[in-house]
Amino acid sequence: MFEFKLPSMGADMDKGTLLEWKVAPGQAVTKGDVVAVVDTTKAAVDVEIWSDGTVHELLVEIGQEIPVGTPIIALRAPGEAAPARATPANKVGKALSEAPTRSRKPAASAPADRPVPSAPTAPAELPTRQRVSPAARKRAAELGLDTTRLVGTGVQGAVTLDDVERAAVAAETAAPARREVAPEPAGPSIPTSAPVDRQAEMRRAIAAAMGRSKREIPHYYLSETIPMRKALDWLHGANSKRPVTERLLPAALLLKAVALATRDFPEMNGLFVDGVYKPSAAAHVGVAISLRQGGLIAPALHDVANRELGAVMLELADLVRRCRAGSLRSSEMSDPTITVTNLGDQGVEQVFGVIYPPQVALVGFGRVSERPWVQDGKLTTMPVVITSLSADHRVSDGHRGALFLARLNTLLQQPETL
Amino acid sequence: MTPEDIRAGVIAAILAIAPEVEAADLASDQPLRSQVDLDSMDWLNVIVGFHQRFGVDIPEADYVRLDTLDHITTYLKDRVKH
Repeated sequence: MFEFKLPSMGADMDKGTLLEWKVAPGQAVTKGDVVAVVDTTKAAVDVEIWSDGTVHELLVEIGQEIPVGTPIIALRAPGEAAPARATPANKVGKALSEAPTRSRKPAASAPADRPVPSAPTAPAELPTRQRVSPAARKRAAELGLDTTRLVGTGVQGAVTLDDVERAAVAAETAAPARREVAPEPAGPSIPTSAPVDRQAEMRRAIAAAMGRSKREIPHYYLSETIPMRKALDWLHGANSKRPVTERLLPAALLLKAVALATRDFPEMNGLFVDGVYKPSAAAHVGVAISLRQGGLIAPALHDVANRELGAVMLELADLVRRCRAGSLRSSEMSDPTITVTNLGDQGVEQVFGVIYPPQVALVGFGRVSERPWVQDGKLTTMPVVITSLSADHRVSDGHRGALFLARLNTLLQQPETL
Repeated sequence: MTPEDIRAGVIAAILAIAPEVEAADLASDQPLRSQVDLDSMDWLNVIVGFHQRFGVDIPEADYVRLDTLDHITTYLKDRVKH
């Protein structure tokens, strides 16, 4: 028997509220399965389990606030006999074939030392309540829609985000006068009181993480103007052959280049914990994504250096979509090893970022813009992107940082190899 | 499809990406991206939305023509299969 504890969800999140269980007692789980949905200040997070096993008992109640590290599920190890009850077929064989591609620190798995209550004799309570996806619930709350009045089209009749959006559009069309009822406040409109709290919570969380960064991390900053003609020409050529749903954005190219550049610069890619720097073998690139309702989140794309560009693009699109819908996975929240911010998309020329602890580097891309450029002694124009590196002086020096940016530049001049 | 149908579909595709937008507040003849906060990923998703709703595959080279709601509606009207 062992306990699964609520995993870390990033430096600025130390607790969550249990929204939903995705497993029931008796159910076999495989490493990486989503076992619960936990609401945090930034998103509803799908909590993934780090080990195989069979759920024995759920240790917290829905609606309960749980600090990171709280045991939330008691599980039987694979092969461990069920106490006095038939075990459903477990998935040990399947789990073995699914070799993880990235190393993650296994959470300390202290065996349960507290007495385990006997298995309940009644079957697990079958929810007769309506199923609503976290994203749909969140959106419905924002819109002030009652989900019990919606017809779900998802799995097992679950109400999905699409259902909510459809209902919202229908409601809008049916009652166009609705928003005249309440006069809009000056500034951004705030639909209900709940998101206000969330906003304040998120602001506090960001303040805590960024304050810690500026207190603890001696940042140094470098920048380099990188010509983008080759990369953009290559991208346009590639996109003209791709269907619209598989089109690539420059962001995918930039993320892949950063990940590849870290290969020879381990001092840019890793975590600084308790006074010790641990480089990471894989580059899990955190992508800074601004949320529509305000605030910021930087979840990870995993092992970007070893992914095809098309896959990086699809995963990026999926991540942005889920971020904005407020639905992320715990591993994405907890394990970026370097962060990229692409604020240039909003129009700035240059960005000097704040490192997200315990990471040690952040790469910032400004807007791609046409500039006068001297090439072979002649004046011409060139699309360029001003690229910056914020790095941790405890781990690296400016000289290495400069070489890192030079490598990034070289990679972006060979887009076909990305 | 009437121009009104197309315009409604265009707005629905934009709202799907930027739900905070009030459709009634959008000026049809003003640049869309100055009225709606769309980054390059959002814009690509809007284009994918047009593709799904209207079956029109919009090449990147045509993005410059899709600056206002009016221009988008005209562009799609000319290409949508009746």
